[in-house]
Amino acid sequence: MPPRAAFPRAAAAAVGDARLRANLRHATHTIRAKRAAAVAELPDWELLRAAGAAIKDRTLRHLDHYLPRLEEAVTAAGGRVHWAADAAEANRIVVDLVRATGETEVVKVKSMATQEIGLNAALAREGITAYETDLAELIVQLGDDLPSHILVPAIHRNRGEIRDIFARRMGDWGRPAPEGLGDTPAELAEAARLHLREKFLTAKVGVSGANFMVAETGTMVVVESEGNGRMCLTLPETLISVVGVEKVVPTWRDLEVFLQLLPRSSTAERMNPYTSTWTGTTDGDGPHVFHLVLLDNGRTDALADTVGRQALRCIRCSACLNVCPVYERAGGHAYGSAYPGPIGAILTPQLRGTGTPLDASLPYASSLCGACYEVCPVAIDIPEVLVHLRERVVQGGQVTLRGTRTVIKPARGHAAERAALRAAAWAFDHPGVLRAGQRLAARTLRLHPRRLPGPGRAWSDSRALPEVPAESFRDWWLRTRGERDSHEQP
Amino acid sequence: MSSRDLILARIRRALTDVPRSETPADVPVDRGYARTHGERTAAERVALLAENLADYRARVHRTDAAGLPGLLARLLADRGARTVLVPAGLPTDWLAKTGSGTGSASGAGAGAEPGSGSGTARRVVDAAERTPRELAAVDSVVTGCAVAIAETGTLVLDGGPDQGRRRVSLVPDHHVCVVRVPEQVVDSVPQALDRLDPARPLTWISGPSATSDIELNRVEGVHGPRTLDVILVAD
Repeated sequence: MPPRAAFPRAAAAAVGDARLRANLRHATHTIRAKRAAAVAELPDWELLRAAGAAIKDRTLRHLDHYLPRLEEAVTAAGGRVHWAADAAEANRIVVDLVRATGETEVVKVKSMATQEIGLNAALAREGITAYETDLAELIVQLGDDLPSHILVPAIHRNRGEIRDIFARRMGDWGRPAPEGLGDTPAELAEAARLHLREKFLTAKVGVSGANFMVAETGTMVVVESEGNGRMCLTLPETLISVVGVEKVVPTWRDLEVFLQLLPRSSTAERMNPYTSTWTGTTDGDGPHVFHLVLLDNGRTDALADTVGRQALRCIRCSACLNVCPVYERAGGHAYGSAYPGPIGAILTPQLRGTGTPLDASLPYASSLCGACYEVCPVAIDIPEVLVHLRERVVQGGQVTLRGTRTVIKPARGHAAERAALRAAAWAFDHPGVLRAGQRLAARTLRLHPRRLPGPGRAWSDSRALPEVPAESFRDWWLRTRGERDSHEQP
Repeated sequence: MSSRDLILARIRRALTDVPRSETPADVPVDRGYARTHGERTAAERVALLAENLADYRARVHRTDAAGLPGLLARLLADRGARTVLVPAGLPTDWLAKTGSGTGSASGAGAGAEPGSGSGTARRVVDAAERTPRELAAVDSVVTGCAVAIAETGTLVLDGGPDQGRRRVSLVPDHHVCVVRVPEQVVDSVPQALDRLDPARPLTWISGPSATSDIELNRVEGVHGPRTLDVILVAD
């Protein structure tokens, strides 16, 4: 089950797991070096990045124009379009569509949107088995686990753990793992190939997401590496794609920007091994029934926030995870959402609101170092949004929740922080008080606790308290320069 | 209210900061990025394609029209392919030295008869009624392509007569793709999109199927073909 503890508590457990930290460190450092090399190959990277951001901004500012155009184009090409306001509605639509085929099994392409809405569990409740076919998602599914990374969801597992999961669980889901399965990546990949091929060759229904949808042509785009996506997109008779409304781009030409930005940012390749595009249905090639489920589920709430809106530019490349010092140590599970890492820290509280302790803690899951902004291929200023969301958590204020403007109260647990900041503001306005306080602090050095008592404890649990210098800056200035500058004093 | 109307109404309410007079074109997109990354002669473009294909572990071969049937026959024979899947519109002379006759894929692998050419792979012509299981029983597949991108080492198939359905280049474990050079080669992704028709189903292929899901080690061939041979045929 998803961890629902607030981030600091979930992260504290992860940070203590030496194997997890080693796996994460190896993976994130490997890919971040490769990414830097792939990006350096394109001298116009910053121009591509600016264009990517601008295209997404154009789309978001005119989403009510592009979605109906997309719907029209998909319908004209033989597809059917459904609209889902929230997760429950999207799940119900998919369940009904699968039921109408008479099938009880579906094969799935890795998709963030279907993780976000909990589609597999919703299908299971209706007696429909969803098979994840991405290798990493298969590892996660067989291990009764949760994804921990956008691109490589089983990044927290090493080869020995994967071998054990395959040997123990494959038989429960279909073809068992070969006898004496070893733990080399090649052997493990081969076991997955054999296990899943049975599913691909017989599946009648495929479920996917999409990386991009082109409004002018109605074209869907799926970017992948393994070929499991191509299997699910082309072998079944019925294809159901669940896609967030923000994934639309205006024109076919716009893909020239994103098909350069995404692979280099994501897997650090010039191009990913496979990209599939399809427009409605094609006679004799691929599924003859295509459904597109357009998903809101909080996206329009994020759209209503003029600062937070930029999070909807995200193309799910995961570059921000790989450079984040907090993600590297805490792992993806601590974020309690399909979207871990820096992007998750700003996306999840916008999609779900800040009503739970977990969601209210996510904007604090950052050191604000800014590395995520530097690597973001669509230039999302993640630190800016983090600070903005922290303000919302502490101050409350006007937000949009499920389409309705509401005034929310400050999140619980932040009363002490608010009081401290108010006191600080007052002290800075009263220099005499500030000076007295600083001197008092300096003279009581030995008495300072390592952790704060009372309401401040949560704050100091995850931070080292700053050391108080023996003398305040103001006192030092007065002592060393005071004579000379005394004429300037008011 | 339908969910469609509800979502569109939410969007309009969310965008109250956008002036009503603003059109999408009013949001500037600077297209000052490069159309290509470098000036190249046709020969240099083909050389770069070969280099980038090989970098992603495709096996690259070069020949001319006269040499193509022999090279194809040799690649299939080296592979030990007993059956080869071909799209219905594949030029027949390509496989002139590969064996003769067409057969049902369901009998693939068992008792394929040697053909009149120098190779022994029996041709299996794709057709709508071929099931995925039949395709999976075939050893190799030969296709053409629509366009190839030098800067990324990418082949794009658009379902043309010499490429067939998307599934044919996916299910067999060995894919041989024939690229006519230099005419089918472009420098860059933007140039490739210009040449492609979005109404057709497209498959972009950069090297063989690969995964990096286990400790970020690259492994070729999880679900798609584990071997990709690319033949660059000079006009």
